[in-house]
Amino acid sequence: MSSTTNSFPAVETRGVVKSFGKGESMVHALKGVDFEARCGEMIMIVGPSGCGKTTLLSVLCGTLKQEAGSVTVFGESLQSMRSSELTAFRGRNIGFVFQQFNLIPTWTALENVSVPLLLAGASRRKAEEAASSLLHKVGIGEKTNTLPSQLSGGQQQRVAIARALVHNPRLIICDEPTAALDAASGRNVLQLLRETALQPERCVVVVTHDSRIFSFADRIAEMEDGRLKALHRPGEYKANYV
Amino acid sequence: MLRLALKMLYGDLAKYTMLVCGLSFCALLMTQQSSVFCGLLLWTTATVRNIRAPIWVADEKVEQVNEVVSLREIEVQRVRSIQGVKWAVPIFWSIQQARLPDGTFQGIQLTGLDSTSLVGQPSHMVAGTVEDLRLPNAVIVDQVAIEKFKKKGITLHLGSTFELNDKEARVVGICKTERSFLGQPYVYTTYSRALEYSPRQRKELSFILASPKDEFRASEVIAQINQLRGMRAFTEQDFAWRTIVWYFTNTGIPISFGIVVLLGVVVGIAIAGQTFYLFVHENLRFMAALKAMGAGMGTLTKMVFLQAFTVGFTGYGLGIGLASAFGTAVLKKGQPPFYMPWQILVFTGAVIVLICCLSAFVGLIKIARTEAAIVFK
Ligand SMILES: Nc1ncnc2c1ncn2[C@@H]1O[C@H](COP(=O)(O)OP(=O)(O)O)[C@@H](O)[C@H]1O
Ligand SMILES: [Mg+2]
Repeated sequence: MSSTTNSFPAVETRGVVKSFGKGESMVHALKGVDFEARCGEMIMIVGPSGCGKTTLLSVLCGTLKQEAGSVTVFGESLQSMRSSELTAFRGRNIGFVFQQFNLIPTWTALENVSVPLLLAGASRRKAEEAASSLLHKVGIGEKTNTLPSQLSGGQQQRVAIARALVHNPRLIICDEPTAALDAASGRNVLQLLRETALQPERCVVVVTHDSRIFSFADRIAEMEDGRLKALHRPGEYKANYV
Repeated sequence: MLRLALKMLYGDLAKYTMLVCGLSFCALLMTQQSSVFCGLLLWTTATVRNIRAPIWVADEKVEQVNEVVSLREIEVQRVRSIQGVKWAVPIFWSIQQARLPDGTFQGIQLTGLDSTSLVGQPSHMVAGTVEDLRLPNAVIVDQVAIEKFKKKGITLHLGSTFELNDKEARVVGICKTERSFLGQPYVYTTYSRALEYSPRQRKELSFILASPKDEFRASEVIAQINQLRGMRAFTEQDFAWRTIVWYFTNTGIPISFGIVVLLGVVVGIAIAGQTFYLFVHENLRFMAALKAMGAGMGTLTKMVFLQAFTVGFTGYGLGIGLASAFGTAVLKKGQPPFYMPWQILVFTGAVIVLICCLSAFVGLIKIARTEAAIVFK
């Protein structure tokens, strides 16, 4: 743990509360979460389905507003930002890898990967150059002009990883990145994430309940019923649910 | 990003085709129906457009051209005596029955022209000359007469004859006329012979056609004529316009047809709006993903509007193209009525723009309301 505790904090949440719905059907998804992720580490948020992992992820990247508590990302507090500022902040600082990939089906791999740069105002040529070099880096350089539907799940997730990295954000957020993949592709994707995404000034947060990939984490934050239960080292932790 | 927004649209050819079809159908329906409607209204003014004169004078009770209240022949003199009038001639117009050689009857619009001046003569002769009207028993028939007679197995040509109230009428010319709401062919003859062809009435004159002197404006002369008791004058545009308005206010035809047009517009809007809404709805997840990745509402707005207007203008172009093709085809046939003034194109365009804006707007509201968090689902 000493390798990470001295590094710069990437994400800090204090007492984050979030609930959905009203009255009888109200669900308390987060019941006061204190969470911290540091630059240079890959941290996994694990726990049974419905324990609030995705909600926590949504709150700490600013796509969902918490009811109470604070969220600080790279020293900037998200709750003080207006929604347009949040959007711009996300565009600059956060890369996303989704469970459902969320690649736009009518765009080629190259076009999908170039989007974060285009959104940041880069020219098409610059964006496509960078996208192409990242596609090579994630091992599907020959698929630049292929549509997502013609790629396997593993290949699509590689495109998504390239898209998450292309604008060089400092925080990479992955929600169940292996849930739609078979075991081998899942391991490959995590391997790739560690190799290409993890850098000393960057933090990778992976939400998963896939115990087969726990070993790739530097730290594991275990959640249960809307609370952070414990922090583990990957070797020490065995999931006690499933 | 805008290039990619278009690619989002074109990329799925099946859906794009469906969208464009929805909007073209809407544009086609609106343009075609409105044009048929305008054509129908225009048909009511056919007599004013077939008999050309700057000023029409009628009995003061007359409200539109298809309604005749006879004047006395002396009234022509009264109009002529007005200072600003260059010339004034009588014209006879009435529906009569022509008896064909096979014994059947065909309604016609008998039009009697002043035999000296032939004012109100057909403007487009297909065969023969107008001057031949001065020959005995001479009539000029229009292309509608040829069609109607042909349906009964009778081929009309120069020299053919038929009977009008037991008197012989000989065809000396064939002309082309604007089709009329009443549907009967125009048969031209001279004023005096038209009276012979018709059952005797106390007063015979249908209208007086007049022209202002060069130094007078039509409106001045009309004001002078209106001073005369029992008479009322119009410019030809005014008379045509009043006729259209009269059909609007006095018959159910424009209203019931107008409802059909309106229905077409509503159906068109519903289809087009729905298809575009579906498109936005299907892309909601991807739009939310773009939002999560840092696309602001400004960017998304531009993208959605670009998509909406691309579909809109393509559909509009196709739709009015099809409507024009339809129009060209039916105009050759002469039926159904079809008249597409530029206002219809502007109207359809405006409705399409409205549909695009509205559905883009609804789509954007949906995008704005969607929490970017759905991308994690
Ligand atoms: N948009 C929402 N509306 C209502 N309930 C929600 C919504 N999102 C999440 N929840 C509820 O919040 C709880 C936590 O959900 P989530 O964070 O998705 O869990 P996890 O990702 O750990 O499976 C669940 O009980 C879920 O049903
Ligand atoms: Mg989840």
